[in-house]
Amino acid sequence: MATFGSACLLIGLALAAYNLLAGAVALRLIATGQPATISPERLADTARRAGIAGFIAVSGAAFALVWAAFTNDFSITYITEHSNRALPLAYKFSALWSGQEGSLLLWAWLLGTYGFILRLRHKTDVKLYAYAGTILAGVQVFFLAVLNFAAPPFSLLKGAIPDDGNGLNPLLQYPEMVIHPPMLYLGYVGFSVPFAFALGALMMRYPGEKWIRITRTWTMVTWLFLTCGIFLGMHWAYAVLGWGGYWGWDPVENASFMPWLTGTAFLHSVMMQERKGMMKSWNVWLIFSTFLLTMLGTTLTRGGLVSSVHAFAQSPIGRWFVVFMGIVLAICIFTYVLQRSHLHTEHHLESLVSRESSFLFNNLVLLTACFVILWGTLFPIISEYVQGTKVTVGAPWYNRVAVPVGLFLVFLTGVGPLLPWRATSFKAVKRNFVLPVITLWATVIVCLAVGLWPWKDGALDQGSFYALVAFSMSAAVLTAIASEFLRGASVISRQTRRNLFSALWLLTRRNTRRYGGYMVHIGVVVVVIGLAGSAFNRSVESEMGLHSKMSIGPYTLEQVGATQDSNPNYSSEYAVLDVYQGGKKIFQITPERRLYLASGQPQTMVSIHSTPEWDLYVVYEGTNPDTGQPIIKAFLNPLVGWIWFGLVVMVLGTFLALVPSLTPATAALRVPAAQAAAMAPALKGGD
Amino acid sequence: MATPLRLTFWTKAVEVAALAAAICFSLGASSPTSRINTLSHSLMCQCGCAQLLGECDHVGCPDRDKELSLLTTDIAAGMTDQQIFDSFVAKYGATVLAAPTTKGFDLVAWIAPFAVFAAALLLTILLIRRWGGLGGKKAVPATLVAESSDPEDRERLQRIRRETGDGGL
Repeated sequence: MATFGSACLLIGLALAAYNLLAGAVALRLIATGQPATISPERLADTARRAGIAGFIAVSGAAFALVWAAFTNDFSITYITEHSNRALPLAYKFSALWSGQEGSLLLWAWLLGTYGFILRLRHKTDVKLYAYAGTILAGVQVFFLAVLNFAAPPFSLLKGAIPDDGNGLNPLLQYPEMVIHPPMLYLGYVGFSVPFAFALGALMMRYPGEKWIRITRTWTMVTWLFLTCGIFLGMHWAYAVLGWGGYWGWDPVENASFMPWLTGTAFLHSVMMQERKGMMKSWNVWLIFSTFLLTMLGTTLTRGGLVSSVHAFAQSPIGRWFVVFMGIVLAICIFTYVLQRSHLHTEHHLESLVSRESSFLFNNLVLLTACFVILWGTLFPIISEYVQGTKVTVGAPWYNRVAVPVGLFLVFLTGVGPLLPWRATSFKAVKRNFVLPVITLWATVIVCLAVGLWPWKDGALDQGSFYALVAFSMSAAVLTAIASEFLRGASVISRQTRRNLFSALWLLTRRNTRRYGGYMVHIGVVVVVIGLAGSAFNRSVESEMGLHSKMSIGPYTLEQVGATQDSNPNYSSEYAVLDVYQGGKKIFQITPERRLYLASGQPQTMVSIHSTPEWDLYVVYEGTNPDTGQPIIKAFLNPLVGWIWFGLVVMVLGTFLALVPSLTPATAALRVPAAQAAAMAPALKGGD
Repeated sequence: MATPLRLTFWTKAVEVAALAAAICFSLGASSPTSRINTLSHSLMCQCGCAQLLGECDHVGCPDRDKELSLLTTDIAAGMTDQQIFDSFVAKYGATVLAAPTTKGFDLVAWIAPFAVFAAALLLTILLIRRWGGLGGKKAVPATLVAESSDPEDRERLQRIRRETGDGGL
């Protein structure tokens, strides 16, 4: 199987290289109109077919590695290091991305899959797809070169073949780890597609903005995958690492968040290009940056430049990524300089108080957030280089610098939808903002009334202050969005004599993209509310003998026993705890501690009881070596469930935005500018 | 008459926003009742777990208890926060602090994000002014652009409008 896998990788590299070269030659011939012995169109088609065949070859390699894991082929070093006989089948499958070589193979396979779909859909726009396919082939050549020469997944073990492998890292033996990395990689790799379209469109001086409409679905789907990947990673960290949190500003987490921020900025600003022909250069650079940031994350973490608790595998491949990023950046700059005249703006901003300017500020804040995170991630390296001393940039720094930026972004989430395109009157702004501002201050008063004071013992408390701002701002934003829905629905209701719910449904169906987008905003706000709850986390730690009790919040935990279990993969100890509220037993929880036999590594399995109000999060930390008693740490984490619920809303919103609208949404905006100006009053507060 | 009113409103709005931001960014320096809790969340555990001292949850962690013990001793000795940080840095090195200090080159870590944000904001405002917003040069209506362009440009603009079928937010 190792030979088959290696052969597949080599064939895949050869096919990708042919796709790149033949595609580039064909497109050059088409662009210059030079005569050639072979028709350039036919040459381009052979390149496309090579790309499809390349996908099959990389699929063969991925299959070979998974098969080797399933059949315990310990002659392959990678399988020995990341699997063992007793490993459950699902985790054997996830061994594909548990190490450096496997995760690169997954990347190449996903890239091949995206490329395969793209090449099958080439009839949408043959020339643009040929450019995009050729650029994707260039990216694929890089990954397959790394897989063939720097990080081969099928390298054979030297010496005697062991009877069993070292097993999978215990941290990875959790259901979410079967789905979180593929989701994240689908997001990372997916941004290669809009990048390829953007670069291709620029290279060929593509007329109009059709390439954006073609790539919009790709970008949104990719963004959705990345969002899900990030949140699944948060949930995994929450449920497995046992420290009671879900986000630690670790470099790997930051690496996934940066392209999400620039990708989100792109999804917003691209609307200005579609509708107003504005920000063309900006959009091109946003998608270039997003692609480069997906590479930077791998470079930083896998290249060993920064230390991370998540960097399961580090190797010298960082240098390959640095060189590749340099080449990509050079190509982007060269193409941009050569073709920048193609990106002239058709319209300009007419007012500071308009939807366009809100997008501009939204982009500004998103990119500032991205810079803050990049700066925080890189500062230890910069500090070491400048002053010879490495420093830590941890949660306190991010809380001070990044959280205010995030809150400003929430503010813009609410303001943006209330502003119309082009310009508005001061009176209209006042009218649209009255209700959200009232809600904001009402929430502040309610929060203060229920005891959420932003100061403690005479001093301002950072967490409580941020929470107060987040709650009140979230309430205002939700009101703003809800009023947008209701305003539109009531107009339809009056015009069509439908009930409000039916009108709301029709309104949403008429412009799924806009109202799907609003739903995503609602999801973001729900997530922010959940995040703000972390300011009130509580924890208590205690050694608990039989019938010992500990209290946290409204709960009292009583240790009623301990039990053990074992299977071929691990042995485990459980603490059995009855949970009482108001003197009445309400449920039982069993936090667990495992010892994985193959690796000899311990791992906690947190027990979580979730309610909308809070999570009771209990960790069996181990036993006191002196007394033999279990040590239990319990956390009461308010509003955590809102974070996961917010993700569900964001996913539903994105799906909604992907559904085609019932009627063209921009009919009103297709009228000439003069007529549009005359219609402005009708558009106030909405479109 | 509307313009001065509008400007006054926006000036006040900017002032309020700046004040809120200043409060926001200056928070967290004061210590609540439990100094141990606060300070342990400003220091890193040195066991390699990359967690804050106050959040390290490893049973038998070789460093957590020692660090917490040192912290308790320092507080009992009446040391100031800065003196405690200095003593930790002397013992464990600069990486024991969870965030860069505000001295020397470390100050750059704090200033750079705000400097970049301010520069970007300024550039954006200048850009908007150049485009004709904020009372600057008025933008030319799209129809006029189309009419004044040559036929090729006009045709291209019309095609772009035709192709840009769907709308957004």
